Amino acid sequence: MEDILEILSNNARISAEDIAKLSGKKVAEVRSGIKKYEKSGVIVGYKTVINRDLMPESKTLVRALIEVSVSPQKDVGFDYLAERIYNFSEVKSCYLVSGTYDLLVVVEGESLQTVANFVASKLAPLESVQRTTTHFLLKKYKEDGQILKRAHQGKRMNISF
Amino acid sequence: MEISRKVERLAPSGIRAFFDLVLGMKDVISLGIGEPDFVTPWHIREKGIYSLEQGYTSYTSNKGMLELRQQIAHFLKNRHGLDYDPQEEILITVGVSEGLDLAMRAILNPGDKVLIPQPSYVSYGPVVDLAGGKPAYLTTDINQGFKVTAQQMAQACSKGVKGLMINYPANPTGHSYRKEELQEFARIVKKHDLFVVSDEVYDELTYDFEHTPFASLKGMKERVVYLNGFSKAFAMTGWRLGWACGPRKIIAGMTKIHQYTMLCASITAQMAAREALKNGFSDVLRMKKEYMRRRRFIVDGLNELGLPCHNPEGAFYVFPSIKNLGESSLDFAKNLLAKEKVALVPGSAFGSACDQYVRISYASSFENLKEALARMARYLSQRPKKTASSGKK
Repeated sequence: MEDILEILSNNARISAEDIAKLSGKKVAEVRSGIKKYEKSGVIVGYKTVINRDLMPESKTLVRALIEVSVSPQKDVGFDYLAERIYNFSEVKSCYLVSGTYDLLVVVEGESLQTVANFVASKLAPLESVQRTTTHFLLKKYKEDGQILKRAHQGKRMNISF
Repeated sequence: MEISRKVERLAPSGIRAFFDLVLGMKDVISLGIGEPDFVTPWHIREKGIYSLEQGYTSYTSNKGMLELRQQIAHFLKNRHGLDYDPQEEILITVGVSEGLDLAMRAILNPGDKVLIPQPSYVSYGPVVDLAGGKPAYLTTDINQGFKVTAQQMAQACSKGVKGLMINYPANPTGHSYRKEELQEFARIVKKHDLFVVSDEVYDELTYDFEHTPFASLKGMKERVVYLNGFSKAFAMTGWRLGWACGPRKIIAGMTKIHQYTMLCASITAQMAAREALKNGFSDVLRMKKEYMRRRRFIVDGLNELGLPCHNPEGAFYVFPSIKNLGESSLDFAKNLLAKEKVALVPGSAFGSACDQYVRISYASSFENLKEALARMARYLSQRPKKTASSGKK
């Protein structure tokens, strides 16, 4: 991956000045590079990874992975249906997958009931959705390469030859 | 009781006390650590754990597991075109440090001189000394990028010089040598009939050109003990595992000492190392890339602070000059620690001629490096100017 992208993908809050120092590029070059990536859609957005389990007063959100089997429609294939699904704000991720079902949909809601309702009233009734299987998520260990348990740092001594 | 006079003479010097000070202190930002800030990659750790579960808890052959020696031979052949017989020419050691000691003890007779470019890693001189030899230092400075020149080497080859101890990429300076430079050394080695102990443990962390093992140079294989290990490339310092390759006579000699003093390296470490050689090279590349970025950052940062710093070709150290500050490296390190809680290693640890330098390790996170540079900048701006007329200290 290009230097700017790799550095940003590890730390989205790093300044253009620091990226320049790390990559040996000019600050202006870094800024225009970032602009270019944003414009072309290579950089989609900047987010903070939050572990809700460690938040003091967090409402726990319920997440479910839903396997959706569909019959693809003429001319538009899976994309048409996928679009109808992923536009719901409850849907956090949506993938077309190979195997025994077609779409893997990640849904988030405030309670078990909200998610169940979403599936029953919004997802399952869509024409061409044949079957759904809902897996409620019990515990998150690692997400997008990030281990959610607080990392215990290496135990190096403060000084050594 | 009187202990060995030779051991008594070995100098831990003022550095030890400074180290104790650093080790006892909390919330220090340390640029003084001589090991990677990565943890051993999980698949390597997992292999070690699994080997324990399977009951691999015994001794291994004195020379180390044959499978591991075969893997090393295979790797050296593929990577560097080196031919070493895993049966007779490779010995698994407990880190490169042990390999170094074995090599010196196996080769030196009382009074033999060994050339050691300085700044040098802390153990080279003492190990030669303990083996009955005499270190002969070749002093280098920042203007030559800490690289010893062929001319310097040739001039030092007086009577009684038997060997050359070389280390590249180097601790504490990070400098390394290109093939052409090494070829010049090889000519001198041949001319003066020297043996060479080459510590190349940082070889995978070479940034600006391909690393050339000394043993791969024409005519050198029969003169070189080639030392390497898993510590730096695979972030496996605590496993204590290295290897020595060399002419069978020397490896046989080293194995004799090793079998009486060490018996063998830990089997858990050897099992993990087999996994490292098999599947670990993508980790090495990942770490190397990260070090390269930090190198850029720290070299520019130090030069901007007015501490002249060369651009090292490898390892994860820089060795900036503090000459302009007019204080000893130990005083500078102590003051910086006391005032700003930044730890680094005084240059004097690496040789008597190194008091105008400090060793900074950039095996530390970007955030740490940035904060440390900011603290150093503050320290430098607040220290009393030498020309100040007041007598305050």
